[in-house]
Amino acid sequence: MTKNSAGFDWISIFIYLALITFGWANIYSASLGSNAGSFFDLSQPYGKQALFIGLSIFLIVIVLSLEAKFYQRFSSVIYILSLLSLAGLFVFGKTISGATSWYSFGSFGVQPSEFAKFATALALAKYLSDIHTNIKKLSNQIKAFIIIALPALLIIPQPDPGSALVYAAFFFPLYREGLSGFYLFAGLSCVAVFILTLLAGPIWVSAGVILVGLFLFFRKRKKRPGRILITFFGIIAIGLSFSVNYIFENVFEQRHRDRFNIVLGKEVDSKGIGYNTNQSEIAIGSGGWLGKGWTQGTQTKGQFVPEQHTDYIFSTVGEEWGFLGSATVILLFVLLLLRLIRLAERQRNQFYRVYGYSVIGILFIHFLVNIGMVIGIFPTVGIPLPFFSYGGSGLWGFTILLFIFIKLDSDRLSF
Amino acid sequence: MRKILLYITILTTGLIFIGRLFYLQIVDTSLAIRSQDNAIKVVYDYPQRGYIYDRDGKLMVSNQPSYDVMVIPRNLKPFDTTEFCGILNLSREDLEKKLDKARIYSPMLPSVVIPQLTKSEYAILQEKMRKYEGFYIQKRSLRDYQVDHSANVLGYIAEVNQKIINENPYYISGDLIGRAGVESYYEELLRGVKGVKHIQKDRFNRDIGPYKNGIYDTLPEKGKDISLTVDAELQAYGTKLMKNKRGGIVAIEPESGEILTLITAPTYDPAKLVGRKRSPNFTELYYDTIARPLYDRGLLAEYPPGSPFKTLNALIGLQEGVVDTNDKFSCNHGYAYGSRGRKLGCHAHKSPLDMIPGIAQSCNAYFANVYRRVIEKYPTSQEGMDVWNSHLKSFGLGDYLGSDLSTGRPGKIPDSEYYNRIYDYPTYNWYATATISNAIGQGEVLMTPIQLANMAATIGNKGWYYTPHILKEIDGKPIKEEKYTTKNHTTIDPRHFDPVVEGMHEVYKSGTASTLRIPGVEIAGKTGTAENFAKIDGKRVQLTDHSIFVAFAPVDNPKIAIAVFVENGYWGSRYAGRMASLMIEKYLKGTITRTDMESWILSHSLEEEYAKPISGEPFIINQ
Repeated sequence: MTKNSAGFDWISIFIYLALITFGWANIYSASLGSNAGSFFDLSQPYGKQALFIGLSIFLIVIVLSLEAKFYQRFSSVIYILSLLSLAGLFVFGKTISGATSWYSFGSFGVQPSEFAKFATALALAKYLSDIHTNIKKLSNQIKAFIIIALPALLIIPQPDPGSALVYAAFFFPLYREGLSGFYLFAGLSCVAVFILTLLAGPIWVSAGVILVGLFLFFRKRKKRPGRILITFFGIIAIGLSFSVNYIFENVFEQRHRDRFNIVLGKEVDSKGIGYNTNQSEIAIGSGGWLGKGWTQGTQTKGQFVPEQHTDYIFSTVGEEWGFLGSATVILLFVLLLLRLIRLAERQRNQFYRVYGYSVIGILFIHFLVNIGMVIGIFPTVGIPLPFFSYGGSGLWGFTILLFIFIKLDSDRLSF
Repeated sequence: MRKILLYITILTTGLIFIGRLFYLQIVDTSLAIRSQDNAIKVVYDYPQRGYIYDRDGKLMVSNQPSYDVMVIPRNLKPFDTTEFCGILNLSREDLEKKLDKARIYSPMLPSVVIPQLTKSEYAILQEKMRKYEGFYIQKRSLRDYQVDHSANVLGYIAEVNQKIINENPYYISGDLIGRAGVESYYEELLRGVKGVKHIQKDRFNRDIGPYKNGIYDTLPEKGKDISLTVDAELQAYGTKLMKNKRGGIVAIEPESGEILTLITAPTYDPAKLVGRKRSPNFTELYYDTIARPLYDRGLLAEYPPGSPFKTLNALIGLQEGVVDTNDKFSCNHGYAYGSRGRKLGCHAHKSPLDMIPGIAQSCNAYFANVYRRVIEKYPTSQEGMDVWNSHLKSFGLGDYLGSDLSTGRPGKIPDSEYYNRIYDYPTYNWYATATISNAIGQGEVLMTPIQLANMAATIGNKGWYYTPHILKEIDGKPIKEEKYTTKNHTTIDPRHFDPVVEGMHEVYKSGTASTLRIPGVEIAGKTGTAENFAKIDGKRVQLTDHSIFVAFAPVDNPKIAIAVFVENGYWGSRYAGRMASLMIEKYLKGTITRTDMESWILSHSLEEEYAKPISGEPFIINQ
């Protein structure tokens, strides 16, 4: 620790510990099955997770003992190593359940994509905090975009589109640092057009776009973005709407179409593709106010929810701890995220702030997509719930991600 | 804006999530119900049904295991169908058909493939069962009858129907329930209480252990063994005597009200209504509308009682003080009454007679006089009729006896209201003579055989009876039910019974039953011959009389009171009297000394008589 240390942010650390502990309790329950064993039975997921947690504490100590400047200085190296480890998967990777996302070391596997997140966050922070970088310039925007896109492009073919989706999180630091809100507007408009097209078809969407366009065309005549721009976007939107139909029907695979259709309520299929979501909702819904009690969940014990100790761990919380428990977990995440925003905002060093926002963005996207999926308001995308889901690489990746920021925050007074 | 965008996004997300959770966990209760449906399996543990013994501890009904081959189509794995079909003696097409049917019913729920394996099939199959994944053997318990008679007493068990399931939440589809007889009346004693197990299942529908360590589980409670009051040996003997005849035999132990015998004929072997054969056999019995084997004549058949009823009129006459045992009435081949020379006929005998020979000779004129005096003692016929009626009611007549038998009939004892309605009172009045047939047990009087037997027991007890019942012991302990252990007293003073008993004894010694003598046994009895009519093609046709005999023995300390009713058996001592006499000897002495009488009964059939009215040909009765 340097002499300028402001101390670690114990609120964040406390929430982190609370989430990890509660997460383990739920993994225990979800992977217990019908046989109760020792808490540290290494043949069972809950035993392994206990070991992972132990190793995380060890990692935290290392992360916190390194100089804060180290992360800034070596961010490029870490980033490049991370890209190499992702690229190396094409040669040395081990395929588990269809995805070549792992390096195998004996009985343990390591998933480099989990570590690529903080590496990318460091690299982006480094680039944006460079004195020559101006995010308002298109060329710099493109460079930043490349930094973000490289790992994502390496992850997509594993295939692991879920993990790649996480890189959308970097929009938040970019926006915070001055990226035009137009990108957000354009992005959200695309999503809106996409979903509305799936729901209502391109004809209605086009009609809607024309109506809105006409309204803006006559109302905002003196203001920018001006009539030409409105016309331009209207045409783009209508074009997008029609191409969405084409993409959806011809580019997407059936399983992708199914996932969308189920969330949008266009298809009901509780046995096939909709099984996961359906069972997850049953498990959560059966929890009631207070839940069935730890290790007493009938759906959890019956292993009705697939992947329950990993991506669907939140359904165990819902079933065994009820509304009270699951709402508490939501609140803990919200509190942690808001706390981290405060920490990020108090950084005078831009590198620290960008990194902070990246951490928040990554955690938030995971939180949003994972829980949204488990409670049935988001399509099925396989990404873990930070600090909660079973998995060593994930836990370590998130731990390093968070604690680098806590380290940086403790160093804020050195500027 | 740049600083608060993320803030707002996070807060909004948190709120939406909590709202969604609130909906799923609190508002939408259907999810919790579906969780119960797919995660918890409820399994019932059926206890052994109680055994049924006779009064001497002889086993009448026990249980036998039965094995059904079940299948859960979803769990089927490819198997050696040739071997499987070979063991079960089944063609491959049959097996395919059964499996298809099971699949259509439900891929996840068990269906029966082969019901009720034989023991040898079971032995072979059990060894190889592990090779046939998806199949399993379900053990069930069926009744095993140790006797081939008493089907009417025992009843049978069958699967519950939807109506029972709706009315009684204890039963679920596939449960067995007692139908008819003791199985029905004492269903709750015999069945015990089934246990329940809640089993946690996984997503493959596999059992993974008890739910919540079994805190909601209950153990089954074994059904109670019961002993009946019937004597199995007597039942078997009576059934044998009744072969090729129609009618009923009811015997009661007067000092306890215990039903010693309850026989109906024709009957069937109770084993016919077990298991695989139950349904077709039941249909066959049910649709035999001529012999009506399912109709318990001992309990349900309401016949005019005939002459045995005269004993009651004698008792009422004495109680009302309208007649003395020494009062004599003359009889000139009958009793003339009314202004237009109407006459109640009688057979040839000495005249005039007082009470004891009156009973012994069964003189119609004597009882017509007694009856008339009873009715005419009161200012109006109505009052007289109601007094007469209430005396009879005290014998348990004209109403359900209240026994622990699952079925019964009230019979009929008319009262003033009944005749007022018939004669359109007060427009027209009616007098004792209009109802004179009641004096000799014809007319409007109807009784069931069990009421007749109970009447005999009451006379034997000289004025009281216990409600007849069929249950003697529960798990070896005598029943204590108040209804069956309190005496019902009649309205007749005990002293009035002596002359009537003497009269009935005289019947046996010198009267209409003198051919039925058992060496060393003194019987008090009364023969009866009841005219009967049937409607054939809409015409009222007289058929051969019913043969009736009512008795108790020994006279001074009655151990058995019996009523025998043989349809179209002609006069009382011809069939019913012989049978009653043989039954009494069998019960009191254990052996039959009069083998000629026994073989006469065994060799005589009334089937020809029963065939007459349905033959469509003209026929002669009472020959």
